[in-house]
Amino acid sequence: MDEINSLMHGFAVALTPFNLMLMMIGVVLGVIIGVLPGLGGANGVAILLPLTFSMSPTSGIIMLSCIYWGALFGGAITSILFNIPGEPWSVATTFDGFPLAQKGRAGAALTAAFTSSFFGALVAVLLITFLSPMVARFALKFGGPEFFAVYLLTFCAFIGMSKGNPMKTLAAMMLGFAFAAVGMDGVSGTLRMTFGTEVLIKGFDFLIAVIGLFGIGEILQTLEEGLEFKGIQAKIDKRVVLDTWKELPKYWVTSLRSAAVGCFMGIVPGGATPASFMSYGIAQRMSKNGSKFGSDDDPQIEGVVAPETAAHAAGTSALLPMMTLGVPGSPTAAVLLGALLIWGLQPGPLLFVEQKDFVWGLIASMYLGNIAGLIVVLTCVPFFAAILRIPFSIIAPVVLVICAIGAYTVHNSLFDVYMMVLFGVIGYVFKKLDYPLAPLVLAIVLGDRAEESFRQAMLASQGDMRILFSNGLVGGLTSVALLLLFWPLLALGLKKLRGGGKGKPATSGA
Amino acid sequence: MELVVAGIIFAVGALVIYDSIRLGNRWGDDGPQAGYFPFYVGSLLCISSLYTFIRSVMNRLLAEESFVTRGQLKLVLFVLLPTIVYVAVIEQTGIYVASIVFIAWFMRVLGKYSWLKSVLIPVVLMVAFFATFEFWFKVPLPKGPLEAWLHLN
Repeated sequence: MDEINSLMHGFAVALTPFNLMLMMIGVVLGVIIGVLPGLGGANGVAILLPLTFSMSPTSGIIMLSCIYWGALFGGAITSILFNIPGEPWSVATTFDGFPLAQKGRAGAALTAAFTSSFFGALVAVLLITFLSPMVARFALKFGGPEFFAVYLLTFCAFIGMSKGNPMKTLAAMMLGFAFAAVGMDGVSGTLRMTFGTEVLIKGFDFLIAVIGLFGIGEILQTLEEGLEFKGIQAKIDKRVVLDTWKELPKYWVTSLRSAAVGCFMGIVPGGATPASFMSYGIAQRMSKNGSKFGSDDDPQIEGVVAPETAAHAAGTSALLPMMTLGVPGSPTAAVLLGALLIWGLQPGPLLFVEQKDFVWGLIASMYLGNIAGLIVVLTCVPFFAAILRIPFSIIAPVVLVICAIGAYTVHNSLFDVYMMVLFGVIGYVFKKLDYPLAPLVLAIVLGDRAEESFRQAMLASQGDMRILFSNGLVGGLTSVALLLLFWPLLALGLKKLRGGGKGKPATSGA
Repeated sequence: MELVVAGIIFAVGALVIYDSIRLGNRWGDDGPQAGYFPFYVGSLLCISSLYTFIRSVMNRLLAEESFVTRGQLKLVLFVLLPTIVYVAVIEQTGIYVASIVFIAWFMRVLGKYSWLKSVLIPVVLMVAFFATFEFWFKVPLPKGPLEAWLHLN
C-alpha cells in the first residue's frame, strides 16, 4: 500500500496553515469565477497564474487546482438559480435544475448538485490516487514514438468523439498547431512563420489564447442575450440540506454510473461538457422517471445529480493523464500543465519519481479542496448568487479589465493584450460557427511537444512511418487512435448496416 | 460568415504551407527539417476548411441562417470597439486610468447610471486593484502620467 503512505505524506505537505489558507482563497475565487459570465475554469486559472509565480510550485498548484474545483462547483449555482450555465459543463444541469428552482425547490436542487459534484470528484480523486502511480510507472518506458502515439490518441479522440462537425474540430486543432509552431523552432533553432516581425519570435502564448478565447469571446456572446439576469432567490438552511441528503441515496445507481461516465470521459480527453450531457442522457433512458426529466411540471432531482456528478468526475480525472503522461484531458488541465512548465516541472511519468512532494501534495489537496468547496458553497450560496445581481454593465467591463490585466502580467507585455483581443474575436466567431475551442487550446499547448516527439520518432526510424507500429505498445496506441479518428465514419456505417434502425433517442437539447 | 471563416482558415493554411516549404519540408542531413511537421498541419488546415467551404456552399442553396441579428451585432460592437480603444490607450495612460474611463463609459452609456456613480465605482475598484497588485502581490502593471505625477511608481 505504497499509495496510502504516499498520500499520508501528501496530506502532511498540504496541511500547512499557509496551504490551507490558499485552498480557501482558491475555492472562494473559483466559485466567483464560476459564477461570473466570461470567467471560467480555464481562463480564471490562466489569469491568476501569474500571482502564483512567487509561491513554491506545490502551494501554487494547490491554489490553482482549488480555483478549478471552485469553478466546477460555481457553475451549478447560475444554472439552477438563473437558468444561465456559468460554465459549459453545467448546461445539462439547467434542464432540471431551473424548473426545480421555479417550483421553490432551489435549495434542494443546489444541495443535490453540490453533493453529487462532491461525490463525483471523490470517485475521481480515489481513481487518481490509485491509478496514476501505475500509469506513471508504465509510462516510464515510453520513448518518442510512444509519446507521439499518446498525443495522436488525444487528438484523434477529439475528432472522433466530438458532437459537431469533425472537419471543424480538425480545422480548429490544426489552427492550434499552426499557432504553436510560430516562433523559434525548438529543435533546429530556425524562426518559423514570423515573417520578419520581431514580436512573433517568442510565439503565441497559450495563456493569452485561453484568456482571449474563453474570456473575451464569452463576454461578447453573453452580450447577445441582453443585459439583464433574472434569478430566483435561494437560501439553503440545515433542514433542506439534511432532507436532500436523505433523498440522495435513492439515486446511488445514477450517481455511480455518472461518476464512471465522468471518469472515463475525463481520462479520454472528452472533457466535462460531453460527460455531463452523456450522463444526463443515459440517466434519462435508464431511470423509472426518465420521461419526467426536464419537464416543467415535475422536474427530477435525479436530473441534477447525473450531469453534476459526471461533470465534476470528468473535470477532476482530467488531471490524471495531465500528471502521468503530460497530456491534459481538458482546457483547464491544459492551463495547469502550462503552469507546471512555467515552474520548471516536466509533467509526465518522471514527475512521480522526482517530485513526490508536489504530486502527492496536489493529490491530497484534491481531497481537502473538494471538502472545503462543498462547505463553502453550501454555506455561501446567497452571497455568490448576489454577485450575479450586479448589473451586467458593471460586470462586463470589470471582467474585461481583469482579462487585460491577466494577459499583461503573463509576460509584462502589451502586445499580449492586443493578441488577447484578437483571440477574443476568434473565440466569438468560432463559438457562433460551432468550431470547438478545446482542441484549439490543447493543440497550442501540446503543439511543440507533439512535434518534438514526432521528430524524435522520425529521427529514430529515419523517416519511416512504420515506427508507429514497431512494437505492441506503440502499435496498439496508434491503432486505437486511428479507430477513434474514423469512429464517426464507422458509426455511420454500422447504423446503415442495421438498416437505419431505431431512431436515436434524444439525449440532449443543446 | 461560414464561408468567410473557412476562407480565412484556408488562407492561414496556405500561409503555413508556404512558410514550411521555405524552411524545407523534407528530410535534411540531420533529420526532419523545421518545416516538416508544419507542412502537414498546413495541408490539413486547407483540406478541412475546403470541406467546410464546399459543404456550406451546398447548404446555402437550402437555407441561410443569419449569423447575428442586427441588434445583436450592435450590442457586440458596442463592447468590442471600446475594448479595442481601451487596450490601445493603455500604453499612453497606464492601465489604471484607462480602466477607470472604460468602466465609467460602460456604466454611463450601457447602464445609464448617474455621473456620480459612474465615476465613483470604477475609481474605488481601481484603487482596490492597485493595492492588490502593486502592494500585495508585487506585480507591477503599466502606469502612465497620472501615477508618475502622484509618485506611485
